[in-house]
Amino acid sequence: MNLALKDIRHSFGRFVLTTFGISLLLMLVMGMGGIYRGLVEEATLLVDRVGADLWVVQKGTRGPFAEISRLPRNVEDRVLAVPGVVSANSFISHTIQREYRDKPLRVTIQGLSWPTDRGLWLPIVAGRALGQAHFEMIADKSSGLALGDHVPLGKDTYAVVGLTGQMSSSSGDPMAFMTLTDAQAVQFDLVGDAVRTERAARVNRLQAIDLGRSQPQLEDRAAGVSSAIPALGTSMVSAVLVDIAPGYDPVKVAARIASWPDVSVYSHEGQRNLLLGGMVDKARRQLGLFRVLLIIVSGIIMALILYTLTLDKLHDIAMLKLLGARNLVILALILQQALLLGGLGYCLAYYLGRWIFPYFPRRVVIMQEDLVSLAFIVLAISVAASLLGIAKALRVQPNEVLA
Amino acid sequence: MTTPLSAGLVVEATGLTKIYGSGNTEVVAVRDASLTVARGEIVALLGPSGAGKSTLLTLLGLILPPNAGRISIGQTLVFDGERSRVNVRRFRRQHLGFVFQKANLIPFLTAAENVQLAMEINDVSPRAARTRTMELLEYLGVADRAEHLPSKLSGGQAQRVAVARSLANRPSLILADEPTAALDSVRGRQVMELFRKVAHEQKAGVMVVTHDHRALDVFDRSLEMEDGQLRTGACPNSTTGQNKAHENDK
Repeated sequence: MNLALKDIRHSFGRFVLTTFGISLLLMLVMGMGGIYRGLVEEATLLVDRVGADLWVVQKGTRGPFAEISRLPRNVEDRVLAVPGVVSANSFISHTIQREYRDKPLRVTIQGLSWPTDRGLWLPIVAGRALGQAHFEMIADKSSGLALGDHVPLGKDTYAVVGLTGQMSSSSGDPMAFMTLTDAQAVQFDLVGDAVRTERAARVNRLQAIDLGRSQPQLEDRAAGVSSAIPALGTSMVSAVLVDIAPGYDPVKVAARIASWPDVSVYSHEGQRNLLLGGMVDKARRQLGLFRVLLIIVSGIIMALILYTLTLDKLHDIAMLKLLGARNLVILALILQQALLLGGLGYCLAYYLGRWIFPYFPRRVVIMQEDLVSLAFIVLAISVAASLLGIAKALRVQPNEVLA
Repeated sequence: MTTPLSAGLVVEATGLTKIYGSGNTEVVAVRDASLTVARGEIVALLGPSGAGKSTLLTLLGLILPPNAGRISIGQTLVFDGERSRVNVRRFRRQHLGFVFQKANLIPFLTAAENVQLAMEINDVSPRAARTRTMELLEYLGVADRAEHLPSKLSGGQAQRVAVARSLANRPSLILADEPTAALDSVRGRQVMELFRKVAHEQKAGVMVVTHDHRALDVFDRSLEMEDGQLRTGACPNSTTGQNKAHENDK
């Protein structure tokens, strides 16, 4: 006769409620692990998806994700000239927050090197890749944008032609992809008054020096668009992504580019480590600590619940002892209930999590190995939690029936 | 270990003493008590509150060890002073049955399961235990309540189920501590007569602690306790007069 099941049958409502409470706690533990995994996945998603062999960034910086990096766009041409480099693409990434249809729209804009890169490597779940050099974008569906939406950004409007699935930046914001030129236009967009003020200031500065006074034609140029003035230099990008031809040693190619005075070079792994070691590390440790605390709290709560359940049965346990029941019968009663509580709580936590986690604002990635390790932890805390109750039960004397 | 019990005796206790506390708080609950109970005999244990009746019962039931004295049950010396000579828990489940003022049924088991559990604890197979359970409940007239939880039984029904549980492992000695105290006089009388029936038909020794003098005619003999000491009481319905000589106050 299984006394644990008989007792549960008798106080079924209380057992269900207790199991539900435990499952919510375990779901939080599961969720913490999932949030950490999601953080890592989001942080490394772009680096992994892009798959570039080398990342060329501004000298001395750990850009473009860990800190700001600014490179002249012509670095791309210089990198292409290095033996072993099969392709080099300018990379630009910045986050914007605008109003769209009376709701805040926050996306991380990613520039693609049109026409070599049209976004065909992206996990497009609806629509298509970029089809023209301007005014098209591919957005992640978590941004809330839909195919055919026309989003005004700066002075232009961009049509959503494709939707991706689960493309988030390291900060968890949905990503949007457009050509590099468009991305820069959005990034450096200034209102008309600001442009006119800058042009006027430029003319004034020119008139204040000999060059301006002696060459009046320069004044006309200074009052025009910036791109028509060679002295102002080329536009800036965040990084240049490099692919190396098979047969070439990436370390040697990287060393050669890194020898230039104005750039730093990171390998794919190096860039990944920068992200994980810098941006994610503190969050990882914080979540890990919180997870450990939650496990301890779960253990304590389970122990208290099982202890209370045992206290409720002390008279019955005394009666069992009076009838001559072995300690094993009493131990099994408490331990089986603890394992059932833990086991059912864990299963319920898993299914609750599967239902609730997709509604979390950031990705929650539940991995098989995390589930297995948590199952063992639950098993351990179930056994440990029952020890308090078992110790109490074993101390009960049969004569307490007479009390 | 065996001891030469007189033929037909199920329990023989000599010089039992139980002391609670020590020093200034010392209370002698049972003092040098000796008694026997024969197979098929039902004995009443009478006395005022605090006389030590229940303590004597817990000593005979191997629930507490005596400070001095010897207890033999069946052919086995169980306690020699404070020292037990057997595994008392195993001995209890194999040889003793208990009934208390309250039925003390396990609340999460049905009436049948309460009886069945006592047998399963004693390594009886579930099938055999179930069969005997139904026989016992039938014998005690509560078979129709077999699948009811204790909370759904009347006091009398619950006490009958407790008696059935006490009989489950065919004990040689049944100890009952004021089993009718929570029952009205009619049901109390029925339970006492049930004990008599059990003693005579099942050939078990039955010792009942009671305050109810109206049911004394049910017993074969009675013992009285006062201030921890045992003496022979009135013997309204003696059928086993030869055992009277065994009491220690002779």
